[in-house]
Amino acid sequence: MELDPDDVFRDEDEDPDSEFFQEKEASKEFVVYLIDAAPKMFSSTCPSEDDKQESHFHIAVSCIAQSLKAHIINRSNDEIAICFFNTREKKNLQDLNGVYVFNVPERECIDRPSARLIQEFDLIEESFAKDIGSQNGIVSDSRENSLYSALWVAQALLRKGSTKTADKRMFLFTNEDDPFGSMRISVKEDMTRTTLQRAKDAQDLGISIELLPISQPDKQFNVSLFYKDLIGLNSDELTEFMPSVGQKLEDMKDQLKKRVLAKRIAKRITFVICDGLSIELNGYALLRPAIPGTITWLDSTTNLPVKVERSYICTDTGAIMQEPIQRIQPYINQDIKFTTEELSQIKRISTGHLRLLGFKPLSCLKDYHNLKPSTFLYPSDKEVIGSTRAFIALHRSMLQLGRFAVAFYGSTTPPRLVALIAQDEIESDGGQVEPPGMNMIYLPYSNDIRDVEELHSNPGVAAPRASEDQLKKASALMRRLELKDFSVCQFANPALQRHYAMLQAIALDENDIGETRDETLPDEEGMKRPVVVKAIEEFKKSVYGDDSDEESDSGPKEKSRKRKAGTSDEGSYDYIELAKSGKLKDLTVVELKTYLTAKNLPVSGKKEVLISRILTHIGI
Amino acid sequence: GEIKVDDKLLSNRLSMARNREGLVLLLDVGPAMHSILDDVEKTCSLLLQKKLIYNKFDEVGIVAFGTEATDNELARDIGGYENVTVLRNIRVVDEVVAENVKRLPRGTVAGDFLDALIVGMDMLIKKYGALQKGKKRLCLITNAACPTKDPFEGTKDEQVSTIAIKMAEEGIKMESIVMRSNASGGGDAHEKIVEENDHLLNLFSSNAFAKTVYVESPLSLLGSLKTRRVAPVTIFRGDLEINPTMKLKVWVYKKVAEERLPTLKMYSDKAPPTDKFAKHEVKIDYDYKVTAESSEVLAPEERIKGFRYGPHVIPISPDEMETLKFKTEKGMKLLGFTEASNILRHYYMKDVNIVVPDPSKEKSMIAVSAIAKAMKETNKVAIVRCVWRNGQTNVVVGVLTPNVSERDDTPDSFYFNVLPFAEDIREFPFPSFSRFPGSWKPDEQQQAVADNFVKMLDLAPSPKEEVLKPELTPNPVLQRFYEYLELKSRSADAALPPVDEVFKKIMEQDQELTCNNKSIMDAVRGSFEVKENPKLKKSCKRYLRDKPSVSDDEDNRMITYNADENKVDTVGEANPIQDFEAMISRRDHSDWIDKAISCVLEQEPKQFNEFLNHLYELCQERNLSHFLRHFTLKKITLIPKSEAADSDVADEDAGDFAVKQEPKLES
Repeated sequence: MELDPDDVFRDEDEDPDSEFFQEKEASKEFVVYLIDAAPKMFSSTCPSEDDKQESHFHIAVSCIAQSLKAHIINRSNDEIAICFFNTREKKNLQDLNGVYVFNVPERECIDRPSARLIQEFDLIEESFAKDIGSQNGIVSDSRENSLYSALWVAQALLRKGSTKTADKRMFLFTNEDDPFGSMRISVKEDMTRTTLQRAKDAQDLGISIELLPISQPDKQFNVSLFYKDLIGLNSDELTEFMPSVGQKLEDMKDQLKKRVLAKRIAKRITFVICDGLSIELNGYALLRPAIPGTITWLDSTTNLPVKVERSYICTDTGAIMQEPIQRIQPYINQDIKFTTEELSQIKRISTGHLRLLGFKPLSCLKDYHNLKPSTFLYPSDKEVIGSTRAFIALHRSMLQLGRFAVAFYGSTTPPRLVALIAQDEIESDGGQVEPPGMNMIYLPYSNDIRDVEELHSNPGVAAPRASEDQLKKASALMRRLELKDFSVCQFANPALQRHYAMLQAIALDENDIGETRDETLPDEEGMKRPVVVKAIEEFKKSVYGDDSDEESDSGPKEKSRKRKAGTSDEGSYDYIELAKSGKLKDLTVVELKTYLTAKNLPVSGKKEVLISRILTHIGI
Repeated sequence: GEIKVDDKLLSNRLSMARNREGLVLLLDVGPAMHSILDDVEKTCSLLLQKKLIYNKFDEVGIVAFGTEATDNELARDIGGYENVTVLRNIRVVDEVVAENVKRLPRGTVAGDFLDALIVGMDMLIKKYGALQKGKKRLCLITNAACPTKDPFEGTKDEQVSTIAIKMAEEGIKMESIVMRSNASGGGDAHEKIVEENDHLLNLFSSNAFAKTVYVESPLSLLGSLKTRRVAPVTIFRGDLEINPTMKLKVWVYKKVAEERLPTLKMYSDKAPPTDKFAKHEVKIDYDYKVTAESSEVLAPEERIKGFRYGPHVIPISPDEMETLKFKTEKGMKLLGFTEASNILRHYYMKDVNIVVPDPSKEKSMIAVSAIAKAMKETNKVAIVRCVWRNGQTNVVVGVLTPNVSERDDTPDSFYFNVLPFAEDIREFPFPSFSRFPGSWKPDEQQQAVADNFVKMLDLAPSPKEEVLKPELTPNPVLQRFYEYLELKSRSADAALPPVDEVFKKIMEQDQELTCNNKSIMDAVRGSFEVKENPKLKKSCKRYLRDKPSVSDDEDNRMITYNADENKVDTVGEANPIQDFEAMISRRDHSDWIDKAISCVLEQEPKQFNEFLNHLYELCQERNLSHFLRHFTLKKITLIPKSEAADSDVADEDAGDFAVKQEPKLES
């Protein structure tokens, strides 16, 4: 069928609702990174991705550097401190030996991460030996205990802020599983006891201590030697904890990333399974587009934020209007008025519950049944006991029978049909890849779905299809272009990275931003491999033939159709009559061009040009 | 060639500009349709209402068939075509038509849909001639359960094929909505007729721009008609680059896009009623001030955009922005292929696009077909990087999945879904179900009950019997808005109608299904007993702290913070905390604060006390002393035991609360 030639290129990609995705500043978090800087952290190494040896110290600081960057983007309200222990120099309020709190000017020791902090911390390895230095702080025959001191300093830093509204955490990076191992037994017991007590005191104050252990290449970090008591693991959890002990930098980064993001309840949902059975679920927004922060207007002379005042003004009288303001919809020659209350009543059609309607095989969920990011559902027995059991039973049945649930969710505007897909837990060496639970997919309504395919069909005329040979060549090509180890969300968003690199550069008065690596570009090297080039060539040849070039390939159908359309349309108008009565301007450009094409005249130029060309041709 | 004048045609042509549609509704009003004619009226009325708002220049005609009387041009001119009544000739949509369609006649005769189709087609051809290709549309709503008459010559198949080919030539699109409820039985003869009619409708589909939708309930009838006509617009036309030497020509459209309420303009009633020229418009003014108190307003050149970066707001000039921003080049580039199982369904981030080969490039059609089919065969998908237009400041990484056409005349294409970037994911670890205590896990018997339940509550026993398809499910809020709009147009103070009964189907489980399987339903209720946690006191705290309105779920905020649209003005039972927060956050009037407090007082005392403590801390932290002052002024204290048995606050403690806030106010 014919496609509308007037279709202009219009971008619908910018979502007017994008603020709708923005994360509201949730509760605040205070974090102290405690990094062991003992000589052992520098002498022990692990192989990196490209098989170079990297020191454990390097692993720890790169993890933190990455984490800081994530913090400033996603959670910029959080306050963080960086604290080394087992250092030569000391710098802390308590003036304890072997502990060095790293900071930059114009920033409190524990504060929101700033551009300067990130920049200087990126360079920490260059200056560390000179400015801070590594030195074992726990040595025989001395009562020094740098671990104890470090916990003390960290706890003091975390005194800031109320535990009621903020989470407080320490992340401890070390490769020493037995810090007091070299001590005489009596001293060891004593030091162990006091250190554990110090940790317990901190925990009693609502501070959690998390361990990020780094294993030696030949010997795994043994949590049970000392740290299990410090972080308070029981024996069950111990076995769970062991596989997560990091060995590679990537694993470690992953670990830290997961732990830094505190689990927050997005929303409590009542799931009505049937009349008389409702369970409690929590909904989590695990996937939401990260976007650059909103614009704040500044006074250009002082760079201070300006206050924006919005006022509604009646254009007839100039009076300032008070909210709420009535709304109108023009309809059949009148303006129909709605109050804001009426509008919200229209939208209020159900309770906010999630109501189960039934089940369907997974094949009923099409790839185009999607509107916005999914929500993850996980059961909770906190308020309704028995919820988890019922949820797990449904979860198992759905997985086993290959079905998803259809439900009505009244809490969105507008309320929507949703698909609930049971997700089994997926684990890898690095830990949990997919948590067990259900993913809630928001389904479109009938009018949200467009019949685009219909536009491109040509009734009674078979659409061109690939032959067996072309299909084989395509399969071969796909094998050659297989992405190895592809996982979703492996790419950083280059625009966002660029945005923050730009902010950082301006914040630090740097002239050079440097290049932001765009990981989303095709792998040029890989594409140039002879086997790949050959597979593409063969596919291309099978489709386009020996010498033809796809650019110049304009299907014969279109040409003939154009010609046909041209003659028929040209015949239905009396252009001379129209020209005489000055009515040519009422025709569309396409119709004018039809005439010109039929008379073999040029079709370029604006409408007036086309008209005057026709007039000239007719001789008026 | 010969140039002839056809004045009527021309004037029609000129009056009906591009992108306008001529539609004839062919409505079966025979006795078998009476039970659902109300819903047919609703469906058509919605269609016409939307035309009045979005496509005001569209033209509509209405034909009813199965009527007692006969009134159509063909019957007058050549005879036959009985029981077909033209209720309205093709004219621009107006207030009358929206009314017309709400008062369809109840017919007395079993209608012949083929007769009606020919009458409708004749109307379209007489009105528009060969013009308006693709913009002429017939929409047939019937149960297609009545016999059609035999043609004067040839077979019905031949007749239908002839009509279909004529329709294709004339560029008339046809859409048939066939109502088939399971209840309608009627013996072998009936079945034969139904079979024949389905066959005839199918003949249309393969020879013309025609499609047939079967609906089984009033709900899907309402959803079956695309009531909002949106001109198809490509968001991209260009190359899908396999590598620099091989590029496919493709067009990209939205496959899914949310239909929203129309944007309602603000209305001012300030002008005196005598002012005949009043526009009643409201303009939004933004004043940029150095401080809230200052009267000094900053001119545009005196301010600069800033972005938050950590604790600082970084000013960026437009020039800096222009030179430093991420720059892209329009195009779609293939990154490679991967197993379909690698892309879990819940990673789809947005509404969906469709990537169609350029219709003028036959080779691109073949290449797309080859890749789509190969993907389908081998269960693979493609990962692509897209920049839809020049100057776009971001890139999108997404997945192409095959859309291999079932129709011979439709080219193969791909669906495109946006995938998340690394920054978009928030990986929280969740405990394995296996680690839960036994009491939290179902035993064998319970599992068996759940299995039976999942099998029984089946919404798609077979592909043909699938119910609640998104394709056929209307949006209840939009339906309600347009219904209310119509009522208001007749009487300004009309009351909001209740949610239409037909929507029960998407809001509640199918009663018939659950009643027929009562034993399974009882087993479910019996096996999975739930009870409120008796130690709820603690959890209140959690509830308060993790109150949804400050959490990161966007839906929630839509409800409580979207000040213009969802004003909360009372504290409900379901979400008291949320409602309270919403009321407090209303800036339009300080009365809301008082009202919010009085509302909360009516809630449970325990919750109230927890809440008050929490609020108190919150106010202190955020220096909301004006709010704290309300506590003192209103003599609000914790609710002591003496007032409510539920409370566990001693009387003296309740007093303490008031006291302890005093000094804080001073500081």
